[in-house]
Amino acid sequence: MFEIFGIPSNALFGQLLIGLINGSFYALLSLGLAVIFGMLNIINFSHGAQYMMGAFAAYLMLKYSGLGYWPALIIAPLLVGITGVIVERLFLQWLYKLDHLYGLLLTFGLALIIEGVARNQLGSAGLPYVVPDELRGGQNLGFMFLPNYRAWVIVASLTICIATWFIIERTRLGAYLRAATENPALVRAFGINVPRIITLTYGFGVALAAFAGVMAAPIYNVSPQMGSELIIVVFAVVVIGGMGSILGAIVTGFGLGVVEGLTKVFFPEASNTVIFVIMAIVLLVRPAGLFGRRA
Amino acid sequence: MEQRVAEPIATPEVQPTVWRTQSATILFVVMVVGLIVAPFFTYPLFLMQAMCFALFACAFNLLIGYVGLLSFGHALYFGWASYLSAYSAKAWGFTPELAILTGTATGAVLGLLAGSLAIRRQGIYFAMITLALAQMMFFFALQAKFTGGEDGIQAVPRGHLFGLIDLSKEMNMYIVVLVIFLAGFLFIYRIIHSPFGEVLKAIRENETRAISLGYKTDRYKLVAFVLSATLAGAAGGTKAIVLQLASLTDVNWPMSGEVVLMTLVGGLGTIFGPVLGSFIILVMQYKLAAVGEWVLVIQGVIFVACVLLFRRGIVGELANKLKIRL
Repeated sequence: MFEIFGIPSNALFGQLLIGLINGSFYALLSLGLAVIFGMLNIINFSHGAQYMMGAFAAYLMLKYSGLGYWPALIIAPLLVGITGVIVERLFLQWLYKLDHLYGLLLTFGLALIIEGVARNQLGSAGLPYVVPDELRGGQNLGFMFLPNYRAWVIVASLTICIATWFIIERTRLGAYLRAATENPALVRAFGINVPRIITLTYGFGVALAAFAGVMAAPIYNVSPQMGSELIIVVFAVVVIGGMGSILGAIVTGFGLGVVEGLTKVFFPEASNTVIFVIMAIVLLVRPAGLFGRRA
Repeated sequence: MEQRVAEPIATPEVQPTVWRTQSATILFVVMVVGLIVAPFFTYPLFLMQAMCFALFACAFNLLIGYVGLLSFGHALYFGWASYLSAYSAKAWGFTPELAILTGTATGAVLGLLAGSLAIRRQGIYFAMITLALAQMMFFFALQAKFTGGEDGIQAVPRGHLFGLIDLSKEMNMYIVVLVIFLAGFLFIYRIIHSPFGEVLKAIRENETRAISLGYKTDRYKLVAFVLSATLAGAAGGTKAIVLQLASLTDVNWPMSGEVVLMTLVGGLGTIFGPVLGSFIILVMQYKLAAVGEWVLVIQGVIFVACVLLFRRGIVGELANKLKIRL
């Protein structure tokens, strides 16, 4: 053990790790928001609630059907993604021609409904979810102790983020997506079913949120309000990074998580607000956001 | 891309009659008379609270309904004004009118700061920025010593208006709140129907065009933002004196959502809509207090229903049916 700036290395790297973990969730969620916004022109306010649904789906699967973490990691995002598809078909598809704000208001209403139902059915206290056996314990790296589960979360979310970037920027499917974002009418004329792409995009974005929720379950307690506070921070992340670039969303998410973690070491009182302060500074210096194009 | 927020109300094609041209005035008189007799029939405290929220919603509506800016963080001005009014009345012994003015000024200053940041981005980003800034100030309120953390500032003295009139008497307080509400309401009406208000509406309809006509739209938006935050501050300050309480509920994000809901239910971009909306939502909350968390679900359902089925809100739909402006 050694000291950096008078801070024991254990504390410093410990917070850095927590920062990276938070950053993983910021990255996954802002990525989902960016993908959805790109196709639907809607800011998905219920993203936080859908993240919470993912965590609850994992919790309920374990409690009632004994399905553990690994099946939940696949099934929960699928289930929540399907609810997303239903939401898009039932509600969102009627809003594309209207002002953006109506999409925000509708998804805000959905978030209230989801959170309200969760509170009624499960209470507002946090429920614990155990770390899967395979990922118990940790590694002693000399300068810090690295729990296996946390290492897994960082690796998994990085992988998902990069895979999403790859699909959108480097594959044929991604090319359709990007083309449909630019000019839906022309893409339809080529015989591509754009409404279906839009529906599936929403489902995919929502599934990403649920995936993040399942991964978050063993780290934070599973509680109905776990999403609503997170989503506001993620909005700030999105304002900082701009939604124009997928890679931008990922980098900003991880970066801000680390900054937040470091703030916890050096100036703990500001750790809740540092991301908002950075947002204010970015707005002053670079109004379009770090990776944004001027609208 | 569709820019409009409030759907335009069709220009009346029918022959103008006194009823149609003066409909807003008539409704205003009805509202005033109603509010004067109401305390004899129902709880004055409830009515006072409803008027504070009505003023808050009207202030919010000035932005969304007439400039097309959705602020998702209006609890910031309402809540912080409520804290400073409560604190100045309790700790510094300010008389109620000074305490409320302190709250109003708080709203104005915070509105200037947050507004000058938020107007740097448009549309959906504007909403996210206002929400994030409000959340930042929520954390400040949570950590600051003077706000009393989870307890809030309790037992705020209502005091004597101008050092003379005892506001602990319910009727005196009621008249003060009624005067503040009506003054705020008429002030907003005046803003909307001034040349300044016409420019705001032009920005709502087509900002690019307004810019090309030579208007510095950013300045107009900022002034509108500050006015809205100031009036929200007046509402928050009055609420703190009426309920003798300032708490975290007033600054937290669900409060920002509530004022959006009130305005949406009543009708975005209508003058009377926010007033009606806030009364409806408050009555609903009182009636449904027993069902606990289901209130959240019901509010969510109302949001969804309003956005999908009647975007004009109650007053807006009515005005549209009767082909009048309300």
